[in-house]
Amino acid sequence: MIDTLLWSRWLTGLTLTFHVIFATVGVGIPLMIAIAEFVGIRKKDEHYILMAKRWTRGFIISVAVGVVTGTAIALQLALVWPNFMKLAGNVIALPLFMEVFAFFFEAIFLGIYLYTWDRFRNRYIHWLLTLPIVAGASMSAFFITTVNGFMNQPEGFVMEAGHFIAVQPLEAMFNTATASKVFHVLTSAYATGAALLAGVAAFSILKKGASLYAKKALRLMMSVLLIFSVLTTLAGDMSAKFLAAHQPEKLAAAEWHFETERGADLILLGWLNSEREIMGALHIPKALSFLAFGDFNAEVTGLNEFPADEQPPLIVHYLFDLMVGAGAALVAIPAVYFLFVIWKKRNELNRWLLWAIVGCIPFAFLGVELGWFYAEIGRQPWIIRGYMRVEEAATTSPSVRILFFLFLLLYIVLGTICVFVLRRLFRNNPAELEMEKSAGANHLKSKEAGDVRR
Amino acid sequence: MSYELVGISVLWVFLYGYLIVASIDYGAGFFAFYARHTKQDHLLNRLISRYLSPVWEITNVFFVFFFVGIIGFFPDTAYYYGSALIVPGSIAIILLAIRGSFYAFENYGSKESKLYLFLYGATGLFIPAALSVALTLSEGGFIVAADNSVSLDYMKLLTSPLSWSIVGLAIVSVLFISSSFLTFYASRAGDLPALKLMRNYTLLWGTPTIIAALTSFISLSQHNERHFQNMIDLWWLLGLSIICFMLAQWLFYKGTHYGLAFISVMLQFFFAFFAYGIGQYPYILDPYITIHNGATSPAMGTALVAAFIGGLLLLIPSLILVLRLFLFDADYVKGKR
Repeated sequence: MIDTLLWSRWLTGLTLTFHVIFATVGVGIPLMIAIAEFVGIRKKDEHYILMAKRWTRGFIISVAVGVVTGTAIALQLALVWPNFMKLAGNVIALPLFMEVFAFFFEAIFLGIYLYTWDRFRNRYIHWLLTLPIVAGASMSAFFITTVNGFMNQPEGFVMEAGHFIAVQPLEAMFNTATASKVFHVLTSAYATGAALLAGVAAFSILKKGASLYAKKALRLMMSVLLIFSVLTTLAGDMSAKFLAAHQPEKLAAAEWHFETERGADLILLGWLNSEREIMGALHIPKALSFLAFGDFNAEVTGLNEFPADEQPPLIVHYLFDLMVGAGAALVAIPAVYFLFVIWKKRNELNRWLLWAIVGCIPFAFLGVELGWFYAEIGRQPWIIRGYMRVEEAATTSPSVRILFFLFLLLYIVLGTICVFVLRRLFRNNPAELEMEKSAGANHLKSKEAGDVRR
Repeated sequence: MSYELVGISVLWVFLYGYLIVASIDYGAGFFAFYARHTKQDHLLNRLISRYLSPVWEITNVFFVFFFVGIIGFFPDTAYYYGSALIVPGSIAIILLAIRGSFYAFENYGSKESKLYLFLYGATGLFIPAALSVALTLSEGGFIVAADNSVSLDYMKLLTSPLSWSIVGLAIVSVLFISSSFLTFYASRAGDLPALKLMRNYTLLWGTPTIIAALTSFISLSQHNERHFQNMIDLWWLLGLSIICFMLAQWLFYKGTHYGLAFISVMLQFFFAFFAYGIGQYPYILDPYITIHNGATSPAMGTALVAAFIGGLLLLIPSLILVLRLFLFDADYVKGKR
């Protein structure tokens, strides 16, 4: 029985870990494509149009994996956690349903966008198609995040005899956790999209030299990255204040803050000995109080106030610290880049900085993954915080163990092929070559059109 | 009309929509593989990829839509079907994942892999078979519910004539619907060799479809007397379905009006599918869930119906746009843009 529970958690964790990579790309990249195409049309610069085209081509491969893993997690919710869906379905059905609508909307316009590059005389019409894609992707993220918000901060119902009654769907959707969560999810997804594309541009400069195309892509994406990583930091601060006020046990576990006290220290890294004493950590005096309440002397609730069987695992401390570290790097690296751009004496394209920009890719994805691990493990032992424990929600079928390995295999295959296909797509087809080709094709096309007219 | 009745009707319409668009997709996979096998692939490949590439994601959404919708309107279904279907459901997910992603890899990435084409063809038949298990379960008798757990009686499922006849019906229907659509699409594209080939397939798969439908109907009479009797009472719907089938076959045989012929096929399945669905009323899972005892709270039900109407206002114009751009744009269909 306990075994089944463990495998159920592993299976869901596995699917989500894999899906989050592609879901984040799916939310982040469309905005970058829209920006590049807009800049291209505006400046009449074919380099940016080509950027939008090439990014779209790569994007579509990752969308495919995102769609199928998203379908998997949607079905797994009912297959692996039937009791959870039976209970919570009454309250979270609305955002789930609307998420599918948003996804539908995005799917339709993505298909149109892909196949109509040369169909409209006015190029802005084709660009307008990116708006429903960006909106659809961001709306899906919004709706699904409200579901997760509900599981963390259940509101909008009355519990009676093991059932949710007097359900108010909108109140459940716009629960107290929603605002900070959605803000954090969206900004970090956009930052990740920009980091990914900036990293790719930096890598191509390192390998093949600084072409005009790569330099433009790098500059554009670094500015987007700077904006969204700063916003992500703000969103993170908002989330910490939310936790301090509404889920103190999660914040306390992340900070290894055991005793309730005023002027609490912020603890970085370190380890615990067998008596739960903190060793080798870096203490920043009173910083936790300031982070949590904006006041250096505020009182922060400690973990010891909560019953032992309702405390989250203490490992979340590392997840939290590493997430914050990755986020800090994503602010620092573009900041240095622009410092070098403005301060002409230093070359912003020096090798060290370029390698650091390539490093933004793993930092961004690690930040997203660790952030989710922290959010999810940090609310253990609950599946619906305060109402349903994880062990009450899981399936009783012993097959989940085999299914775990089956899905693991599936994701390994999908991930490998995805990387393989993406490499093949871009490796033998550098941007410069494509630029020349498309210029040639346009020339040919106008010549053909001339022939027909004659 | 009560919200749960609105809910189930809407969901049934969406399941019907999925039946049509997914059949076209799944059948196309099989035909693409079969054509390669018999060295006729040059006739079909362009036709298939031309129509299917822009819409594969939309097809997938139809399925998720139905699935999320039924859990939303009837949360009990998550408990019973979720618990019972964990193994067949997971297999279906894996097949869908292989198909969906390889689809994109093939179209936008690699080209011409025979292994891929085999997977594409094989999953096209296995997925409908795996998904049709849910329909079989709804007839009751395969799910064992104890106090705190629900499980599936595999022995009974695998030895039941009903489950096998439904699987058979699912597969031949997929091939029939798909070939009739591709015949119509080929005629619009003015692609005569593909038209000839697909028309032959359509005529070939018409008869087994009706035979499989009859077999399933007879097995149903053995398995679930109530459902069978209800469907007999809806004889006129079944009659309309057969008339549409005959009209379609006649048009395909004569080789004219392929558009009308495909609409007849759609209507044929529409009438049969609704006769089946209405006959099952009021059960969603015999005997555990009816649409009344399994429904969500009124507030949520109303919110879902409202969301649904709002969503449709967004979707219908977009879907019309897709159809105009890719299905009814003569130049696109003919491959000129």
